[in-house]
Amino acid sequence: MRRSIITVVGKDRVGIIAGVCTYLAQNNVNILDISQTIVDGFFNMMMICDANNASKEFLTLSEELETLGKKLGCIIKLQREEIFDSMQRI
Amino acid sequence: MININEVTETNQMIEKENLDVRTITLGISLLDCISSDLDTLLDNIYTRITTLAKDLVKTGMEIEREFAIPVVNKRISVTPIGIVGAAACKSPEDFVKIASVLDKAAKEVGVNFLGGYSALCAKGMTKAERMLIESIPEALSKTERICSSVALGSTRTGINMDAVALMGRIIKSTAEATADTDSLGCAKLVVFCNAPDDNPFMAGAFHGVTEADAVINVGVSGPGVIKHALEGIKGKDFEVLAETVKRTAFKITRLGQLVAKEASKRLGIPFGIVDLSLAPTPAIGDSISDILELMGLERTGAPGTTAALALLNDQVKKGGLMASSYVGGLSGSFIPVSEDQGMINAVNSGSLTIEKLEAMTCICSVGLDMIAIPGSTSASTISGIIADEMAIGMVNQKTTAVRLIPVIGKDVGDEAVFGGLLGRAPIMRVNQFSCEDFISRGGRIPAPVHGFRN
Repeated sequence: MRRSIITVVGKDRVGIIAGVCTYLAQNNVNILDISQTIVDGFFNMMMICDANNASKEFLTLSEELETLGKKLGCIIKLQREEIFDSMQRI
Repeated sequence: MININEVTETNQMIEKENLDVRTITLGISLLDCISSDLDTLLDNIYTRITTLAKDLVKTGMEIEREFAIPVVNKRISVTPIGIVGAAACKSPEDFVKIASVLDKAAKEVGVNFLGGYSALCAKGMTKAERMLIESIPEALSKTERICSSVALGSTRTGINMDAVALMGRIIKSTAEATADTDSLGCAKLVVFCNAPDDNPFMAGAFHGVTEADAVINVGVSGPGVIKHALEGIKGKDFEVLAETVKRTAFKITRLGQLVAKEASKRLGIPFGIVDLSLAPTPAIGDSISDILELMGLERTGAPGTTAALALLNDQVKKGGLMASSYVGGLSGSFIPVSEDQGMINAVNSGSLTIEKLEAMTCICSVGLDMIAIPGSTSASTISGIIADEMAIGMVNQKTTAVRLIPVIGKDVGDEAVFGGLLGRAPIMRVNQFSCEDFISRGGRIPAPVHGFRN
């Protein structure tokens, strides 16, 4: 299964996780794992997702998440997991 | 499973340390486009390139988006035109027509450079190759995206000094033909010793005759990432230094390998090689010079510079070789002056000279790269500098190159401005003593004794 990674970085505020999760649910993207930390008041979240059955193309999801990030005041990135696997694993 | 720290590290490299894939270069063989009729040849070339490369830029941009990694350049290299045009071209003007068609094809598919307006004359020149070389000043002044390279020597063949003498004059004429843009034409013209067939980087990329019909080669970058890693280990010994560079190079190369494989799969074109070269850009922090200075040099060019560069170059290769089974091209550290703000500062402060740069090229690819010299420099002096650099490559069995820009109308103390990735360059002082009699001898310098390893 090809998995995807969503990262959300920004100033902490109410509703970031809710906003992202609602968007993912609406587009049939399944969340497999969530980890989250706050560093120096900055909200840092990573989600491992399965977007294989998503109702939209990967590139559309990526663009829409970026736009959603702007609305929520944070930076949201959708990336294929392979980039991290290839750089961080032998 | 991937954890948040690993994800953060990778994304920080991309966002803050200028990690990118410098180029996806599609190599295209034009051998079966050859015809003795020039118009047929031009048609064949245009159709071949615009068919094979039609999805190159789009695919590059998709990969960029899906992995969120910048793929800065999408480029094409073709079979050396000195071979492709040999049957059809009867004059240098005929070759210029090929250059114009290549430029048109490059614009049609949206690549920013197309390399391969080249002649391979390490030992001798065919009539066609001589005509191609003579057409270079006009070809580079009339086109926008064409890059030209000429192979002048190799460890196996020695140095073709007739071609070296000719190229001194051609570089000078190219500078004059593009004088209104600070002799920009010379930034797209490079000469080689031991030219690699699979180099993805411009201006020296061409699709060698040993290659298949089409191939994807990728050049990675990442001086900023290595610099950041070294910032954390100030004062530590050389083992720690070497290990840190190696580990970082591994990660950078894996990224290149991933992008190369993806591009290859999506375009249905075989993957060739990953070129491990660390390629600087004018962006602040994306500098080879900064790495050398972080190792402990006050300024690049200070005593110790060559040793520092040797260590950097070797560890980049060691990390890279572990990361990809198919490493090729130039694979070293580029030390262009104009594209690296740290190098420019070193020149301006008087620390770095052409002579020191020459010493540095003994242990790293690719040679005297993007060095602006006074426009009044004579053709024979340019040939002399080329001959020295070719000799270093020939004797050390490595690739060396020269990309000199005699900036017409400018002298030491002035600055040439090229813009974009090519940046700006201070005019460097050149030794004023003549080598005219040496260059005008003609003939070949024989291959060195270790060229005969059979």
